[in-house]
This record gives sequence, structure tokens and C-alpha cells, in this order.
Amino acid sequence: MNREIRRVSLVVTAMFIALLVASSTIQFAAAGKLRADPRNSRTFYDSFDRDRGPIIAAGGTIVAQSKKSDDDYSYQRVYANGQLYAPVTGYVTVVGPPSGLELIENEVLEGTADSLFWTRVQDVFTGKKPTGGAVELTIDPAIQQAAWDALGEVQGSAVVLDAKTGEILAMVSKPSLDPNSLAVHDPKAVQATYTALEKDPTGPLHNRAIGGDLYAPGSTFKLITAAAALESGDYSADSQLEAPQALELPNSTRKLTNFADSSCAAAGVMTLAEAMTVSCNTAFGWLGMKLGANVIANQAERFGFGQDLSIPLYVSPSTFPKAMDRAQTAMAAIGQFDDRVTPLQMAMVVGAIANGGREMRPHLVRSERAADLSVVREVRAEELAQPISRATAATLKDMMIEVAETGTAKRAQVQGVTVGAKTGTAETMEGQAPDVWTVAFGESQGRTVAVAVVVEDGGALGRSGSGGAVAAPMAAAILGAVFE
Amino acid sequence: MATVLPGGARPGRWAELLLLILALGMSFFAYAQVALAVTGRLPAQMSVQCGGFTVLVLVVHLILRWRAPYADPVILPVAVLLNGIGLAMIYRLSLRYEERGVDPGSSIASKQLIWTVLGLVAAAVTVTWLRDHRSLRRFTYTALILGLVGLVAPLAPLIGTSINGSRIWIHVGPLSFQPAEVSKIALAVFFAGYLVTRRDAMALAGPRVLGLQLPRLRDMGPIMAAWVISVGLLVFERDLGTSLLIFGLFVVMIYVATNRPSWIMIGLILFSGGVVVAYRLFTHVQNRFAIWLTPFDQSLYEAQGGSGQLVQGLFGLANGGLFGTGLGRGRPDITPLAYSDFIFASIGEELGLTGVVAILLVYLVLVERGLRTAIGTRDGFGKLLATGLAFTLAFQLFVVVGGVTRVIPLTGLVTPFLAYGGSALLANWIVVALLLRISDGARRPPPATSEIDIGPVLQAEAARAASSSSAARPHGAATPASGGPLTERAGDQIATEAVRRP
Repeated sequence: MNREIRRVSLVVTAMFIALLVASSTIQFAAAGKLRADPRNSRTFYDSFDRDRGPIIAAGGTIVAQSKKSDDDYSYQRVYANGQLYAPVTGYVTVVGPPSGLELIENEVLEGTADSLFWTRVQDVFTGKKPTGGAVELTIDPAIQQAAWDALGEVQGSAVVLDAKTGEILAMVSKPSLDPNSLAVHDPKAVQATYTALEKDPTGPLHNRAIGGDLYAPGSTFKLITAAAALESGDYSADSQLEAPQALELPNSTRKLTNFADSSCAAAGVMTLAEAMTVSCNTAFGWLGMKLGANVIANQAERFGFGQDLSIPLYVSPSTFPKAMDRAQTAMAAIGQFDDRVTPLQMAMVVGAIANGGREMRPHLVRSERAADLSVVREVRAEELAQPISRATAATLKDMMIEVAETGTAKRAQVQGVTVGAKTGTAETMEGQAPDVWTVAFGESQGRTVAVAVVVEDGGALGRSGSGGAVAAPMAAAILGAVFE
Repeated sequence: MATVLPGGARPGRWAELLLLILALGMSFFAYAQVALAVTGRLPAQMSVQCGGFTVLVLVVHLILRWRAPYADPVILPVAVLLNGIGLAMIYRLSLRYEERGVDPGSSIASKQLIWTVLGLVAAAVTVTWLRDHRSLRRFTYTALILGLVGLVAPLAPLIGTSINGSRIWIHVGPLSFQPAEVSKIALAVFFAGYLVTRRDAMALAGPRVLGLQLPRLRDMGPIMAAWVISVGLLVFERDLGTSLLIFGLFVVMIYVATNRPSWIMIGLILFSGGVVVAYRLFTHVQNRFAIWLTPFDQSLYEAQGGSGQLVQGLFGLANGGLFGTGLGRGRPDITPLAYSDFIFASIGEELGLTGVVAILLVYLVLVERGLRTAIGTRDGFGKLLATGLAFTLAFQLFVVVGGVTRVIPLTGLVTPFLAYGGSALLANWIVVALLLRISDGARRPPPATSEIDIGPVLQAEAARAASSSSAARPHGAATPASGGPLTERAGDQIATEAVRRP
């Protein structure tokens, strides 16, 4: 029998080896994948038991931080002025992965990022409990607040960029949400809040500045059409454009008309600069057909349309439609048809114009810091692209200043600041209130700032709303706060 | 079976004491660590509890010195260590359940402690009362009846209850019990007693098919009976685990008894047949297979009684990683039944792969010590019983841990010594007591009769006889009435001694 018992012993050993192999696979080889599974609530619980680092706005204002808590978890995430910063910070929750910068900068905030390696080594030797690092934002609390206040109760978004560095000084999306309501430790409450937010027709979960459904740019797109014309070398600010009362669209019964059916020029012709000042649809429609869809599309692409961008939040690419006939090209050239943009993209366009043709890489994070706030990674200003020549930039800049001084964007003016602007009133659907825009730059004391403001459904004015009437004063208020 | 020498004259009791101190120390350290990590201070009654536990374990140790001085010195410390780690883990979970205010609450730790005490007492009583394991052979058929009653009891209308879809519990007043745990011991005794008598007949050759020597058809009766019992368990009690255990136990014991691999083939065929039929007929079996194969499927994960538990257990193990979160610092309570069926996942989460490997190896030591005892034992009944009991421990562990780690489909069985469960703890301590008892016989130096001087020729004769004895010598079967064990033992000893001396 002993021979058989030894064989049984071998079988038993084999069974144990199977268990050892399976355990090693689960706990070592496949552990990373299992930990990353979105259903693995332990990973989120862990993050709630960590002293997660703070998110700090420029100047030291703490926007998000973890405070000791004595319930199920060791720490409670607290968002100071949560609604104001929600599009930037995102939130952490016990029911799923975090969002916004809380997700993107998770490793820094948890203290597990590679950049914090030496800090962790030090913690091991000093016996200190590891704590998360801090993330410093480029957001200026005063400007962020001003942008928030300027928008008031409307649905829409505002983005403020430092044109020379690409730093995002403000990024507001309305309506917003209170991250504190999602950071509570009761999973049922979180789920209920989230479901309500998801079902809310005003879409508070969308960060309208960089994502969501995007917007039709309306006449603000004329800046890009004009840039394409100037870059082509065939046009200058003084080039004569045909500007009929109504532009016949080829192969179409529709005619392109101007705002309120007005005529831009009694003579039926006007210069490019004049057309910009009064935002003449027929002139730009004509110009668009002359240039052709490809030329405009190329210019839009050089500004960043159709390209992935992370700031480090993911930015939905703005789009200029492809494969259009001439009628559609004319519409697209004035920012109608299927053009879709983010407010950030339009702020980048204005920033490039105001910054001598150099488009700076927009970013939200100024630095990543260890728990003791020593800097472990600093984000430097970096050129993203040079979409237009210095000369084109100067020409467009003058045109925009003219728009703000005498044209449609007079209400974007700010005392003591050189302001250039362009308005837009984008028809979304027949019979519906338009989405209204103002993009602008302000320049004073060596500082150049680009702003994009979009207000949905005409804002307070509804169907009679226009970019100049609704959005331009908001841009002015924001620029006023910047240069205060 | 005479190729192994008796374990030598050293009883090894001091080694046992040293190992016991280590095992107790590790258990207390784990206990303290849990309390410090969760509550920040040592438990109020720690000194009383640890002191009491130590005294009890030492009493068992002293009883071994008194009644079984040659018992294997490793078995008891290993069992104490596993029981101690299990207690620490259950205490850790009880703190968490209490904190969250969810079932089963904080009472599981104290209940398990009481059962541990009862288990140790049962072990002490078994070792004291049972002077020679061979006397169990007299109860072969009593054991069969006891075993069957235990298996069938949960089906009885008044006392039997169904928990989590399996009807494996009996309730009498406030007490609940899983009788199958005791059945497995009784059936091991029965199988050993029955097979040692019938082994020669069952080993006789039958038809030869595809090069495999099959047994005679009329000898197929017992294995068919075991198979029917297993299938019955599966069908009527939905107890996949015990079904597998009983059948596996029988197949291994019949193989060891008869030295015929064909029994294993027959067993596997019957088993596969049973599985196929069960899979076709029962949705809960299909469900178990689906959970095993595709646990991450979203709809299966969300389903009631779906793969959620298994997946959460896997997440726990993964989050434990190589070194674990540390005792008291993980989240094992997320997994349903983390204190019983999924205690292995809980341990893996907090002690990591390192702890898991250590615990598996400790189990392996326990099982291999049991099998070593079987090899060293001189009587066929003891060999079969020790093999059966040791294999039970190994197989039970394999079925549970294999289920948790997706080696095999998940079935409900108790992780021996670690998991919460009074009946199982009591039963496993009796298993350990029986192994200790058998090992005492196996390691005890032969009595003075072996000193008889036999000439070299006779020695060679005896050695030859001994080496061929296991299959050919008529054991109890031939001389059932004449107190078989005694004659057998004398023969064995001479043979063994004869080999030892050259």
C-alpha cells in the first residue's frame, strides 16, 4: 500500500502546486488588471483611506483637500467653493473612479506617481506615513470668480487664457455641480445624486468649456476664414469682397442673408476689414466660396481643429465639416452648417492672434508638488503651433480692435485696456434662440489675455439675443477683472 | 509496505513543545496585530484568552506525553497555528462587521473561540479514550450507519434547514450543526474497515480492456454505492462540496487498498458522468460552471447568486498583492462570507501572496505528515484510515481554495481550521486526534518481541515475505474472528524489524 500512498502524496502535492500557481497568478501576475477593474471598490476605498493631497489654485487658495473623518473612511474630500471649480477638479466618489483632475492627477494626489518616488523613499526611512502630493493650478481664483459671476444664471461657458504662456486662468461651465454632494461616503446617496445629475436636461455633468456637445461658433469663425484668406496671400485687409444683400447659394433655393436682413454695404462691395467690423455674412460667405473648403479646413486644423489635446483634461476636438458643396462651404465659412467648437478652441484662436501668431499649449496644472509642497514637476510655457504668420496675426489683431471700437463688440470694451473682439450669434435650429458668443483679447502692461464666452439660447434675451448684446458685456467684465 | 523504518525511538515531545510555543506565539501576535490595527489598543481580555488557550493546548500536549508519547510532533502545532490564524482573521472580520452593523456581527469570534475550546477538548478526549486506533475497526458498520445518517439528517423535515440554497444544516433548539463534517470521519472509518477486509477480493483481476485491468463486475458494488450517495447529495442537498469530498475519499481509499489504478479510472468516469448529468439537469450546476469560466461577465457579476462574490474575492486577493495590506488594514468584509467560504481570500488580502504561500505550505506539511503516518503504520486499517483522513484535509482545502482561486468551480466546503464553523472545527480536531493516535502507533518502537534473534536466512525470508505482503497477505479477511489486528501486527513487526536490522 505504501507505493499507492506515495502516489496519493504526489497527487496531493500536485493539488497544492495548482493552488500556489493560481494564487500567484491572481495576486501577482494578474493583480494589476484586477486592481484596475472599475468594479473593484477596494481601490476607491483605499483612496478614501489615504491622505489625498490638495488641489490648489494659483496664489495658494485650496480648492480640494482631504480632511480627517471618523466614519467608514479615514478621510473626507472637501471642495471649497465646489460648483465654481467642479469643471476643473472633478470629484472623487465611493461608487466609482474619480473624474476631472482628481482622475488625471490621481497618482500625484495619492502619492503614487513616479515623480514622487524619492519622496516615498524618504518616507520609508523617516517612518512618515505616506501622504499624497499636491497639484497647483493655473486657475486664478479672482478671474474664475469674475467669469462665474459674469455668466450669471445662464447656461454656457467661459474660458480665459494667458495668450503668452497658455495658462488657463479661468474655466467656467454652467450649470455646474457640487462635487461635495458626490464625495459623501454613503454610496446610496451618491448614486441618487449622480442619477439626478445625469437626468438633468441642462447637463450639469458636461464640462462645456472643453467637451459636452460643443457649440456652433457662429461669426467668431470668421476670424479663421479671414486668417485663411490672409495666409493665402491673395487677400489683405483692404481686399474688396462682394457683399450683396443676399448671397445666392449655388444649387440651393436658400439665400444667405445678414443679421436682421440688413445690407452690409450700399455699394455691394466692402473691404475684408469692413466686413469683419460689421460681421457681414454675405461677404464672408462669398469669401468662403472663393477660398474653397480645403483652404479653410487647413487653416482650422492649424489652429487645432480635429486634434486631440489634453490640458491635461481631455479636450474634445473641434471640427470643420468635410466634403461640402459650395453652398455648404459658404455656410461653414461663417460658422454655421456643421462647424462645432469648444470655447477653449476659440480662446486658443484669439490667443494666437493676440500673441503674434504663436499658439501656446493651454494647460491647467502649473506644478505638481510633494506633500511638503516642494515642486517635483513644473509645467513650462510651450508653443503648440504657429497657425498664422506674425503679419497675419497683426492684421487680424487690428481688425479685432476695430470690431471692439466701432463694430459689433463695442460692449466688450474695458477702460484702460486694449481690447479686440469678435462676436458670434449661432443659429442652432430654426425658430430657436441662438447660442451667442464673444471672443476677445485684452492687452495691458505687457500682459495679453484671451477670452471666449458662449451663452446658450441667447441668455437673458432669448430669441432676440446676440453675441454683441449678451456675451460682449460678459467678456468685458472678465477682462476688467483680469486687468484690475 | 515494509520499505519504511519505524520513525525511530525519539518521541519528539520536546520538539512539539517548541513548535507549539512558536504556533501560539504567531497566533497571539496576529491577534494583537489585528486589534492594534483596527482599534488602536490590545483587546481587554487578551491575557485571559491567550492564557486559557495556552493552558488548553499544553493540556493536550501533556495528554500526548501521557497517552501517545510517540505521536507525530508536528501535527498538533500545525493544527494549533492554523486554528489560531483563523481565529485572528475571524476576530478581525467580526470587528469590521460590528463597526458596519451588519450580519453576522461581532459574535462570530467568540463562537469560534468556544468551538476551538470544544475541538481541543474533543481531541484530548479522543486521544485519551482511544488507546489503539484498531479498535475503531470494530465499529466499521456502526460508522457506516452514523455516516449515512449524518448525510441524510439535513433532509429530515423538522431539524433540517436550507441555507444559501444548500440543505446541509440541522437545527436542534438553538444549536446548529453541519452533520456532514462528522460523516466524513465516520465514512473514512467505514471505508478503511470495509476495504481492509475486502481488498483482496476487490483486487482480483477482471476483464482487461485497452490494456487496463478492470475489476470484476461484482466488485463494482461499493463504488457504485458511493457514487449514488454522492449524486444523492448533489441532487437532494445541493451540496457539491461534500458530494465531491465523499466520492474523492472513497476512490483514493479503494485505490490505496487494492493497488488497482483502474479504480481511479472508473471513479473518474463515474464522476465525469455525474457531472455531465448534473450539468444537464440542474441550473445551479450550470450557474457554478458559468461563474467559474466567465466571472467577469457583467450580467453574471450583477446577478443574484452570480459571480459577484467570487470576483470580489479575486479583487481582495489582487489588492493584497505580494505582501498584503497587513492584518486589519484591508477590506476583506466586502466579499460576502469572507469569514467562512472566502476566508482564504480574506487572508490573501491582508497577508498577501507571502502569507497565502506560507499557509498552503503549512497545510501541505499537515497533510504530508498524515500520509507519512499512513506509510509508517503497520496495519492495513490504520494505513487506510490515516490516508483517508489526511486526504480529506487536503481535498477539502483544494476544493475550497481551488474554488476561490478559480482552479475549479466554486463549491461550498469549509477551509479546515481557518474558516468559521463549529461542526467543521470539531470534526477536524477529531481528525487530528486520530492522526496523532495512529502516528503514535506508527512511530512507537517495536516491543520486546522483536528482540528475538532470527537467523540471517530467516531474515531474508521475512523480508521477502514482507515486501510482497501488502497485496498478497490475507488480512482480516481470512481470519476475521481471531482478533485479526493482533496477529497481523505481530507479523508486521517481525517483518519490519527484519529489514531494519541488516
